[in-house]
Amino acid sequence: MEQDTDIGGPEHRFPETRHSAIEGVRSENVEQRARAVTTIVESYWKPVYKYIRIKWGAANEDAKDLTQAFFTIAIEKHYFAGYDPSKASFQTFIRTCLDRFIANQKKSEQRLKRGGGQDHLSLDFNEAESELSLPYHVSEITPEEYFHREWVRHLFALAVEGLRTHFDELGKNVHFQLFEAYDLREDLLGEAETETPARVSYSSLAKDFGLSISDVTNHLAATRREFRKIVLTKLRELTASDNEFEHEARSLLGLKIK
Amino acid sequence: MKWISDKGLKHLLAVANDPDFGATKYRLLEEISHGGMGTVYRALDTELNREIAIKVMRQPEAGASVAARMVREAQIIARLEHPGIVPVHDVGILADGRVFYAMKLVRGGRLDDYAARNPGIKDRLRKFQAACEAVAFAHAHGVIHRDLKPQNIMIGSFGEVLVLDWGVAKINAGHQANGNPLEIDTLPLAKGKDQAARFDRAADHETAQGTIIGTQHYMSPEQASGEVARLDERADVYALGVILYFLLTNRTPGTGGDEPLPGPREVNPKVSKAAEAVCLKAKATAAASRYANARELAQEVARLLDEEPVSAYRENALELAGRWLGRNRLLVLLVLAYLVMRIFFILTARG
Repeated sequence: MEQDTDIGGPEHRFPETRHSAIEGVRSENVEQRARAVTTIVESYWKPVYKYIRIKWGAANEDAKDLTQAFFTIAIEKHYFAGYDPSKASFQTFIRTCLDRFIANQKKSEQRLKRGGGQDHLSLDFNEAESELSLPYHVSEITPEEYFHREWVRHLFALAVEGLRTHFDELGKNVHFQLFEAYDLREDLLGEAETETPARVSYSSLAKDFGLSISDVTNHLAATRREFRKIVLTKLRELTASDNEFEHEARSLLGLKIK
Repeated sequence: MKWISDKGLKHLLAVANDPDFGATKYRLLEEISHGGMGTVYRALDTELNREIAIKVMRQPEAGASVAARMVREAQIIARLEHPGIVPVHDVGILADGRVFYAMKLVRGGRLDDYAARNPGIKDRLRKFQAACEAVAFAHAHGVIHRDLKPQNIMIGSFGEVLVLDWGVAKINAGHQANGNPLEIDTLPLAKGKDQAARFDRAADHETAQGTIIGTQHYMSPEQASGEVARLDERADVYALGVILYFLLTNRTPGTGGDEPLPGPREVNPKVSKAAEAVCLKAKATAAASRYANARELAQEVARLLDEEPVSAYRENALELAGRWLGRNRLLVLLVLAYLVMRIFFILTARG
């Protein structure tokens, strides 16, 4: 039996960042509710689309319609407000709702009728479709794992975009450019955990950007810290409770929040 | 939006979570273990081209108290130069604020893994004695470990015993023993006045009365009640007593719920009465009934190994005779042989 040391003290929590979008969908305030729904759709539409394409084997156009219909009906019928955090994670809840929705649609063959005539959400399906043509190892994982992995991928892609915007707004583009050169250049990442990545060194980055090595170190550290903060903020938005947030953070990043 | 491959995703997960050693001479190779405060990695010192172990704070947000603890831990270990305590080579702060320290990489297993291989009681006692001696050295320098448990004792591949994880150690300010008391009064790694002040405040906080520090089932009653000011070497003696109990019985404390532990001999009849008495004295509820420090306990275990009387157990006349006979077996045999011969000659002469 593993025995953990209790070191006491009050400083073992992340600061509360932003309100949960999952809680926001239950708000009486219309604007707040709309913002929460946007956050959920923005964070889940791509994994939902890909899941419909891969797990349900839907054709491109059908998957687009089903994705649109799923979110439109979910918003209309307040699906998200019915989420009970004590039963499952929000991610599992969405996937279960989606499976039920697609199964019902297939049975009744009403999907086009339902999707038609309703306001469509602005979703970039071409981008999602082009990503599906990139190399995957779908056969090695279960549909649930696939959905989770795509959700994590989308969450990180959103975080990278959030990071770019953050430093743009601060007028500190060099921070993001350094991050891009050091951490986003996939061609320079190692193939295996034990392999040494053929990454650029801090000294060559310093030379390329006309900075000192300590500036590169500090800028990269600040950017990574911000990246981590954005990921956690997104995660907090997409979880309903502190417990769920801590569980997701632990399983996603291996973080021990408490 | 940028497409992130599986490889890129894995890297970004590491970026969001792992400490960044890019600006140092160290390169992380793999995680060895993690605890509440820090993660230990196998790493490469690229300048000396040798593998080392690095302990680093698990998360930058952990706070000044954890940072202060890590610095203190490194400083304490660095000054406790003993074969039973892993030497520290370096300590520093990463750009994200995480404190780390580099130390010798010890290959081997933990004491509980060692016990699982079922060695004999004497072998177990020898390892235990070595651990007691390392702790005794710390006690002689005014340091109380406060978190001794089998998971924090390592058996190296050459059988060496090392006591690890001094992260919650307490320095006994009023220590007046023969050793040189440690004075960890500065935190030179802190960047600037503000951080130094935060670290100092954090270090103060660490010893605040009422703070419970340690591991359940290995904590002495006074430690479990948060009586920080009252803690002395006997808190470690208690934990060592529980470890000895585990070594003698293979039973992990706490597995039987809140039930009081049965005596070691009830669990393992092979345990001698003297060994049982040493164990029970070490983990006595009242601190005054325990050994005064780890050195006394180590000496007592040495006596057990040499089959000499121990202070914790008063032998009866029969046991004393048995011990005397056992220690003087050759002499007894010679005397017996002589007596048998004498009787034989007397009988033969009469016949």
